[in-house]
Amino acid sequence: MSIFKKIMTAIRGGATEVGEAIVDSNATRIFEQEIRDAENHLTKAKRDLTGVMAQQMAASRDVERIKREVVEHEGYAVQALDKGDETLALAVAEKIATLESELATQQQALDSFEGNANRLKELVKKSERQVGEYKRQLSMVKTTESVQKATSAITDNFSSSNSKLLNAKDSLERIKAKQQKFDDRMKAAELLESENSDNSLEAQLKEAGIGATDNSANSVLDRLKAKQK
Amino acid sequence: MNIHKIANHLNALADNSETGMIFDCQPISGEVDVLQITVIDREELPIFLSVTDDQILCITYLWGSEEVKPESIHQMHETMLEMNIPMPLSSFSKIGDKYVIFGALSINSTFADIEHELGVLNNNAIEIIDDMSEYLI
Repeated sequence: MSIFKKIMTAIRGGATEVGEAIVDSNATRIFEQEIRDAENHLTKAKRDLTGVMAQQMAASRDVERIKREVVEHEGYAVQALDKGDETLALAVAEKIATLESELATQQQALDSFEGNANRLKELVKKSERQVGEYKRQLSMVKTTESVQKATSAITDNFSSSNSKLLNAKDSLERIKAKQQKFDDRMKAAELLESENSDNSLEAQLKEAGIGATDNSANSVLDRLKAKQK
Repeated sequence: MNIHKIANHLNALADNSETGMIFDCQPISGEVDVLQITVIDREELPIFLSVTDDQILCITYLWGSEEVKPESIHQMHETMLEMNIPMPLSSFSKIGDKYVIFGALSINSTFADIEHELGVLNNNAIEIIDDMSEYLI
């Protein structure tokens, strides 16, 4: 059964009662152990791979060296033949034959190391994916468990503090009312602000002799004089 | 990351939060540590935050099964499924008989990520209750 299915079954089965473990904690421990084992295998495989790759590099160097020696000795053999020294040429040829058989052996070893290294690399990659997948599944189990424990802590907290979760619509109404109050306060503050600034503008205008002026004694006198005429 | 670090950060923010919200944190002790986070002026919809091995879970309770109009329950579920993707950062779920919205963050999230998540989750919760109130008693 997949982990998804197990969790689904457990939740559907009503394992949501406070304190009831959703997934057998023993099973979780076994699973964790399996992951640790897989990780250990992975570490070992990586170590093996390092060893094989080192051997592969050594074999590759050997092959190159022997190839160079073969070329070198072929040159010597040709030079010996040029000088007409058949015996010496034969001796060099024998040396070349030995080198070539050594080359064949080393090449074979190199191929085998390469094969091993590729196989191990593939294995490591596969194991890494596997461990990743196990970890994802474990995380699902643990999260389910944690949410359940958190829920029971929250529920306990609510029942101990004698408060309870409000009805959703009531909650919304209350929040909206608070928001409205806040908005109203902001609006009132803005209004007040703008009134204040209006006042100050008026004051400035008055000072500049623009707009309504105070009924000063002078202006009253002016008005009376005008009437007399 | 643990709930105490998060609580300290959020409490220290006071008026300086990016979201403009003021958070109040209250740890709830239990088998798993839970942080109850309330947004000032929105105390009715607290966020419960818990930290697991690899993620930070933020959950807000929306309403109970008993608050759903019996004839609307199917329609409501459909709407929730359809809204799951458009709704930014949060998803619907059900814990016991309570519908919830939640957001899950990586354990390596920054404080700014967490703060953003909380702000969005809280806004989503209010909007969702408003928009789905036709299904509720």
